[in-house]
This record gives sequence, C-alpha cells and structure tokens, in this order.
Amino acid sequence: MTDATIDVPAAAGTRKAGNTLYIASVALLIAWVLVPLYFLLVNTLSSPETVNSFPKPFLPEFDLGSLQFFAGFQGMLSALKNSVLVAVLTMILSIAIGAPAGYALSRFDFRGKEVFRLLILLTRAFPLPLLALPLAVLFIRTGLDDTAFGLALVHTTLAIPFAVLITFSLFSGIPVELEEAAWTLGCTRFTAFTKVVLPLILPGITASAIFAFVISWNEVFAAAVLTIENRTLPAFLLQTLAESPMHLKFAGGFILVVPALIFIFAVRKYLFAMWGIANR
Amino acid sequence: MDARLLPYLLILPVTLFLGVFFLYPFFLVAQQAFTTGAGFTLDNFRDVVSYWKFPISLKNTFLLALCVVPIQLALSLLMATMVSRMEKGRDLVLYVWTIPLGISDLAAGIIWLAIFEQSGFLNSMMTGLGLADQPVNFLSYQNPLMVFVAIMLAEIWRATAIMLVIIVAGIGLIPKEYYEAAEVFGASPWQRFLRVTLPLLRPSLQTALILRVVLAFEVFAVVAALGGTLFPVLMGEIYAYQFDLQNGGAAAALALIVLAISLAFTLIILRALRVPKGATI
Repeated sequence: MTDATIDVPAAAGTRKAGNTLYIASVALLIAWVLVPLYFLLVNTLSSPETVNSFPKPFLPEFDLGSLQFFAGFQGMLSALKNSVLVAVLTMILSIAIGAPAGYALSRFDFRGKEVFRLLILLTRAFPLPLLALPLAVLFIRTGLDDTAFGLALVHTTLAIPFAVLITFSLFSGIPVELEEAAWTLGCTRFTAFTKVVLPLILPGITASAIFAFVISWNEVFAAAVLTIENRTLPAFLLQTLAESPMHLKFAGGFILVVPALIFIFAVRKYLFAMWGIANR
Repeated sequence: MDARLLPYLLILPVTLFLGVFFLYPFFLVAQQAFTTGAGFTLDNFRDVVSYWKFPISLKNTFLLALCVVPIQLALSLLMATMVSRMEKGRDLVLYVWTIPLGISDLAAGIIWLAIFEQSGFLNSMMTGLGLADQPVNFLSYQNPLMVFVAIMLAEIWRATAIMLVIIVAGIGLIPKEYYEAAEVFGASPWQRFLRVTLPLLRPSLQTALILRVVLAFEVFAVVAALGGTLFPVLMGEIYAYQFDLQNGGAAAALALIVLAISLAFTLIILRALRVPKGATI
C-alpha cells in the first residue's frame, strides 16, 4: 500500500493510473455481461442458414427466419402460453400466501417467531425442485398431474421463502407510527392497512410478485418432471435439446431471456432494498 | 379480533402450504427412497451408489462448485466495492451487472452454446484472427476440459449476480461513520475493506454463500445445454433416473444424497460465518 511520504505529483500520477484501471475494469465487466447476450441476439436475428454457417457474422442480419421457425415449431407456442400461465399463477399464489406472513413478521412479536423465520430460511437450503419427484405421484392421484395449476403449486413452494422475506423487509420499511396514527383517527386495523399501508407498499409488492414470476418462468427441473403434454417453454426446450437444430435453440433461448431483461429493469429499484433486510 | 391470535392467523397460510407442498413431499421422497416392494431397505442407495456414473457425477458436481463459487465470491465482492465508490452511472452499471439474475440456467447454457459450438462465435473469432485454420469442435468428448470451462464460464456469468445483489445490499447497511473513523485513524482502502467491510458483511456473506452453494449442487440445465451427456452431474442423473429409466426409488435415493450434501454445506457455512450474538448493526 502507498504511504503518506510519497510526494504529491507521484501520488496524483498513481491516482490517475488507478482511475483508468478502475474505469477499464468496470467497462470490462459490463462487456462480460453484455457481449454473450449480444451474440445470442445476433443469432436470433439471423436466418437459419446463417446461424448454421461458418464463419459467423458479428452483426445481425435482421432476418426473422429463425423466430418464424420457432413460432411454427410444433408445440412451441403452447409451451410459451403454458409458461406464462404457470408463472402468473405462481405470482398470485406466492404473494397471496407469503405477504400476510411477511406482515406478521414485521409487525408482531409472537411466540415461535424466531422458529418460524428460521424454518423459512431453511427452506432455501433445500434443493426444492426435487420435491417434484414425489409430487408427480401425488398429482396423478389427485388429477393435478400435467396441469398448469399443479406445476404452479411447486413453483410457489420455490417462490414463497422469497416472497415472505421480501415482503417482511418491505413492511419493515414503513413506520408503524403511520398505522398507529390511522388507528387514533378512527381506522380499524384492517382499514388502516388498506388505506395507509397498502398504497405505500404496492410498488414493492409488485416487484416481489415479478420476482416470483421470474422464478417460475426460469424453473426447468420440476417443469420437466411434472408436465408431459402441457410443457412449459424451458421444459420443452430441454426435452428437444438433443435433436433440435441450433437456430431453434437460440430463438428459444432468446424468448426466455427477453422477459428477464424487462423484469430486472422493472424491479431494479427494489432489488437491493429487498435483500438488505431479508438477510438479517 | 384478538390481537394475540392475529399473527398466527397471518402465518397460517404459509405454514399450511409449506406443510403440504414441502414437508409432506419430503417425507414421501424419504419413504420412496427407503422402500422397495417389501418394506425398509437400502437397496435404492446401493443401486445408485454402485452405478458407474455416480462417482463421476459426484466428482463433477463438486469440482464445478469448487471452481465456480470462490470465483463468484471474489468477483461479486470486487463488483460491489467498485459500485460503492461510484457516483455517476451507478444505477446503469448495477442494472447491467444484475441482468443475469433474471436469466435461467437453460437460457445461459444456450447463450454460451452460441459462443462455444462448432460454428459458434469463438471459432469464428479464432479463424478470423488466423489462430485456427478450421473450426474446432470444443464441446465434444475429445475436449473434456473445454466442456468443463464452458460450463464454468456459463455458471459464473449467470449466477454471480445473485451474490452481487446480496452483497451490495449488505454494504448499503454498513454505517458510513465506521469508514470515516477508520480513515481518521489512517486505514488504507485495503485495510478498510478487510477490517470494516468484511466483518460487518458476515450475515450477507452467509446468505449469499448458502444460496450459491446449494444452487451449485443443483446445477442441471446449463450442463444439459453445453455438455449433454459428456459431463454427468448429480441433478442430471436424478432426471435420468426419473424420466429415462422410470426408476422413482433410485431418483428419490439420489435426491436424498443431494439433499444431505446441501444441508451439510449449509451447516458448515452457518458455523464458519456465524454472527456473534448482539453483534448485529
């Protein structure tokens, strides 16, 4: 490490070199994330012939051939529809079930609270997609096999620990005094919640719902085990991986990525606040 | 409504749900793993462990976690400290760096396939630069090291973001006064990082590491997209048992083995990075 005896011009020189290095590293790491995505985009927006040719152009042709092939591929559009359906169901279920618990954790001191929190945290240490194995049998018995709802139940199990912890941190960010003020002004606990807390919390809840959506949208193991006819897009792509042509894989990968870009953009403000308290 | 009952009422749905879709299937898996037609048995475990692919997939899974997680930890700490001293453009840089957070393992595998496949971008670049005369088939059984490197790069590319988010959030919770005090006493940036940031970041590091290590043992779709059957991993073998071989008992036994490994590592991390009581900020 440099010490204080270095004369000023040399220190300024080191600082400048350090700054250049710093900016270069930031730029390099940005490129590290974006360049592979760009390559996928180039492949997706090129004709199937170009995708399979060599050497590859580094600029997209803006040819929709690959995407058209994707859309026309037997079963692909219905897989896409299933994916959206399962993800929306997961989103609704995990917030409806998780948010009340998040509220309870942030507002009340009750017996067993620490145990409950620990159990929620522990569920994250389990390889949860594995639960799909026994549920496959159970779902056949109950008629839930191969349905969007059945798969959404498993995805909700994956998303719920996050939903509880994230809503917990969101509710903790709203001073309890606001609610107390509403009570003195004649609100009941319930109306104070709907009139004061809910409007403040709604954007954050939306963000955590989107988080649940992404978890479901991306999950492949449980989806592949639990669905046969009604496959989701990742499960469908996984199943056809061995025999499908390259341009189909790339177009499918691209369709998988697009919502992720939008969703991360939509939740970016909350991403860090959500995790800040969730870790404590 | 009785105010003492209300919290229990609020956590009831989660508890019921996790009871039905987490605990119950967990017992079913255990039951399925320990029974064949005639009561309690360890046959499933014996079958799974003695299968020739088991040692390879176990080794591959561990090797991958061992190579990927430390790099991700270092990289995310570096990125987080870079971001914390950034004034302009912080939001944009963070957005770009967190993009992979939303990208699935399957999509990440396909993205890196575009680079490593035979007519992919790496080969195009190499022939363009005159480094190779004809495209090399990187992802074949003749190049096991390249298959491993491709999978490793895809995993690092995809899953560093989750650690970054957790660590950035953790750094945000450290009071600025600590850094100011350290600076007054003449601590260099490196000393400040070692003596202030790292110790106070413990809870976040704990969460980040547990999440990443557990997910590293679940690696599946990245491998399926890039390595196929060339690089067997535990999760892929479970899928093969369940789906291709229709052997639910064996799949369940292997699932329990993965579960035991995950839990063991969770406990190790919890213990190694335990937060002393009353020492939270």
